[in-house]
Parts: sequence; structure tokens; C-alpha cells
Amino acid sequence: MRALAWHGKHDVRVDTVDDPEIVNPRDAIIKVTSTAICGSDLHLYDGYIPTMKAGDILGHEFMGEVVETGPGSTLKKGQRVVVPFTISCGSCYHCGKQQYSACDNGNPADNQDIAQEVYGQPMSALFGYSHMTGGYAGGQAEYVRVPFSDVGPIVVPDGVDDDKVLFLSDILPTGWQAAEYAEIEPGDTVAVWGCGPVGLFAVQSAFLMGAERVIAIDHFPHRLELARKFGAETINFEETKVYEALQEMTGGIGPDACIDAVGLEAHGFFVDNVVDQIKASLFLGTDRTHSIRQAIVACRKGGRVSMPAVYGGIVDKFPLGAFMEKGLTLKTGQTHVQRYLPGLLNAIMEGKIDTTFLISHRLPLSQAPDGYKMFHDKQNEVTKIVLKPDLDRVAA
Amino acid sequence: MTDMRDDAPPATAKHGSGADHAGDLALEPNGDSLVSRSVTINRPRAELYRFWRDFSQLPTFMDNIVRVDVTGDRTSHWVVAAPGGSTVEWDAEITQDIEDEAIAWASTDGAGVANSGRIEFRDAGARGTVVTATILYDPPGGIVGKAVAKLFQREPAVQARRDLRRFKQLMETGEVATNAVNRQQHEEEIA
Repeated sequence: MRALAWHGKHDVRVDTVDDPEIVNPRDAIIKVTSTAICGSDLHLYDGYIPTMKAGDILGHEFMGEVVETGPGSTLKKGQRVVVPFTISCGSCYHCGKQQYSACDNGNPADNQDIAQEVYGQPMSALFGYSHMTGGYAGGQAEYVRVPFSDVGPIVVPDGVDDDKVLFLSDILPTGWQAAEYAEIEPGDTVAVWGCGPVGLFAVQSAFLMGAERVIAIDHFPHRLELARKFGAETINFEETKVYEALQEMTGGIGPDACIDAVGLEAHGFFVDNVVDQIKASLFLGTDRTHSIRQAIVACRKGGRVSMPAVYGGIVDKFPLGAFMEKGLTLKTGQTHVQRYLPGLLNAIMEGKIDTTFLISHRLPLSQAPDGYKMFHDKQNEVTKIVLKPDLDRVAA
Repeated sequence: MTDMRDDAPPATAKHGSGADHAGDLALEPNGDSLVSRSVTINRPRAELYRFWRDFSQLPTFMDNIVRVDVTGDRTSHWVVAAPGGSTVEWDAEITQDIEDEAIAWASTDGAGVANSGRIEFRDAGARGTVVTATILYDPPGGIVGKAVAKLFQREPAVQARRDLRRFKQLMETGEVATNAVNRQQHEEEIA
């Protein structure tokens, strides 16, 4: 089959690789119909993520048709499914508590060593995202082997367009969880740093959860315009002093809840502290963790900070004093995707949440390398690229 | 001097190997390197004990064990992969067997790698069972041999941690997690 493989910094290629097969009883094989490039894929592209190997197949936002099932799978051939980016067993203590992204068992035993050393506990597994999180082949491919297929994938009703449900795989539940973690009460003002897909979905989610006002912060005009369409007030941090504006816009109180969704800039996996913590402190001399610092300082006393943005390393100059003295609460973590799928699928079917506005480009899988370059270079115009393997099949 | 020992397991001691406490752990004193690891498994104690009591099933989750032949009610023959593609073999005998609670075994005289081990199963309420594996051994080739083993990731501390994770996966999910994309790759990985 054809698949998008990582070969190094700014070097991704569509290679011909072995077809996946059923290996374990609970597996299913999915024929991919839509697969998106995620902002976090750009960190792989930029070479910031440790434990990548040349030839690794990328992609963790995908959906498709079930073409083969193992004896332990509950899926049926021909069903259309969206696959969560987290690989969760459904049987361990954490899955039992619906903490799916803390699953004990999805990550192969040998791969668990890395995070055990760095974080104190092994991480769960993700599709197409380095060997620390399992080394599983990802979804930017014609076919994918999906482990624990009786737990992860959600079946999509016939007749519903891929574009409407694809983002159930990651960014929609991630934005929703970010808002849930902000513990929004009716009448609250919520500030959201970053108007990428997760930030924009957090804006929509915050309103659905009863926020009276949402203030969205970014510097790309197009993304701020999208946030405004959903009812958010906006701050362009290149034009405006963010802290001062937030205080004035909230009558000197500060936002009740602050959401740091600056994934792209603040994504911290670049901090390769597996091998080198000194390097981390050099990176942190830059502005990359600015958003979480600013969120903590801007937040009202007794307020909540929610952090869907991914951090991987050790943060210097964390405003711990402000955090303690103001009595803030911080909630964060990878998304427990499976927990939110039924509710969010309903919200989409009832028209309460729209996700299609996000897609700016649709490309055949064969043009995925161009897609990465475009997404990397033009973040104002390119909000989301969806790859469609079928476009190649038609051309062939 | 008063005894300054705390309540932590001997294998977590900063100084020494903890092997002096083998007796406290109901282990035969076969060797001077002690490894002990615990894992919590979301299954009943009796089920885990039963699986482990049949030593021939150990290779399904223990990576470096090629084969265990059960030769009698309390005796078995172990074939284990060693660094550099070779294997080592020994006979072992069960030295303690408490149903649903603990199994201890020891290599018999003449084993190339003298060793003993014990696996203990304790109830953990709603979380299932805490499984603790303790292994006492003489590293082949002494300290150098231990370093070589570490290089090949067959060092017993690493091995025990990974084996227990696989045991947990098998017991909780019915399968051992793998990132292999097809059966051939999977065969090569577990070979």
C-alpha cells in the first residue's frame, strides 16, 4: 500500500510499504477514506519529537471502512468508523475510569520504558506518533491496523459525510475536553489562547457549556475571524497587550477560566529532555511557553486554567507563585477520546456543532508531502488539510 | 547502631543489592543480585496464580524464555536466551507453593546461572491484584556479564519490568500489545 512516511526533518515521503494484517485477536483493518494532518504532526515534521525512526508512518486523525476483523473485534466488514488517536484497551483500571488516554496496556511493553524513565510512568499509545507512544503505524495511509477495535472506533451512520465526523478522532474531543476542564459556569468569561482547530472547538464548546463571553487570542487574522464567527471576542496579540486587554475587558477581574490551546507554538515535545535537559532550557529561553505563563497571570483569583496544549519537557520560569497565591486550578492531559465520542457524534447529528468550516484543503494522499509543506508555511490560510486516498484511486 | 531500615522493599535500597534479605523474602540464596518488581493487574488473584503455576505458559509473555518443560509436579527444565544468540538451560524446583498466594522456585545444583525466584499475589480490592516478582541470581560473567546483558536489554531488572507488563496485558486484555503491522513482522519480533 501507499503511506506517508517520516524520514527526517522536513522530509516526509509517500512510500510503498507492507500492507497491514490482523495480528492480535481484537484487531481490525480499516481502509482509510479521510485522514487529516494535525498541528502536532508539524512537530514531527520539524524534527522536534524524540524517538522517531525513518520510515515511521504518520497520522492520528483518520476514519474509513472496516475491511477485516479479528475474532475479538466487535466491528463488521463494511461499517464506517472514526478511529480515536489514543489506543486504549478498555480493560485496565484507567480505562474502567474512562481515563482512556492513561491506558496501561496499549503501549507495547518495551516502548513503555522511555516514558517510565522520563515521566515516572509509561504513557499510553497513540497512532503514528513516535516510539515513546507505541511506535504504531499511523493513519496517513491506505490501510491501518487498529488494535483493540472493540473499544476505540465509533461507527458512523450511513449517509453522513466524512468531513462532518472526521474530527471526532482527535481535535473535536480535545477542544471539548479543554472546555470541560475549564469547569465553566453560566455567566463565565473564558479566554482561549490559540485559534487553531483545538482552540476553535474549545470556543464552540465553551459557549455550549454556558459561557457568557469567550475571548479568543491569536495573531492570524483568518483564524481570529473564524473565532468571531462563533461569537468570540478577539485579541490580536501582535496589535494588543494581552494581559492589559483581558483585565480591561473583564472589568479588572480577569477571565474566570483560561484555556491554553497554543499547540503549535507551545507544543513542548520539542524539548528533548530524554537526552538533554540543557537543550530544554535553551528552547525555553524563547517565547514558546509564553501562553501558559500569560494564562496563569491573567486568570482571576480562584479561577481555572485548562491546558490542552501539549508539553513534553521541563518548563523554566513557571509562575508558580502566581499560581499558588491566586489559588488557581490547572487541569490538563491527553484527551480521553472514547469518553466523549457518543455525545459529540449526537451533537454533530443534531447540528449543534459544525466542524466542516475548518477544512481549507482536500488533497489526494499522494500529495501529502506538499500538504505538510503548505500547512507548515501558511498557517493563516491553511486551517486544516484532509487527505483522501480515494482521490488517488480514482486517478489511477 | 540502631536498625535504620524503613518499610520499603529491600530491592529499592540505595546501598547494597538487597540480596542479604533473600531469607526474609522466602527465597533460596542463589546469587547476590536481587531484582524485585510489582505490577497491579485488574484480575482476580486465583486466576493469575493458576496461569503462572503452569510454567510452560511463561514464554507467552517472558521475552527471553525460549521454553519451559514441566518435568514433574514441582520440577521443570528452563531454556533461556542469553546475550549473543546463545541459550542457557537449567533444572528448577518449586520450593514454596501457597495456592492463590505465592510460588517460589530455585535452580538446582549445577545450573550455569544459579537463580531463584518468587512470585506473590496480593488482593488489591477494586484494583485487582498486586503481583510482585522477585529474582535472585548470579550474573553470568559477574559484573561484566551484567553490563553486557544490559547492553542487550536482557538485564534482569529491565527484563522483569517488561515481562510483568506483558503478563498484565495478557491477563487484562487477552493479548500482548504489539506495534507489528503484519504477522511476519510480529513473528520476527517475538523470535
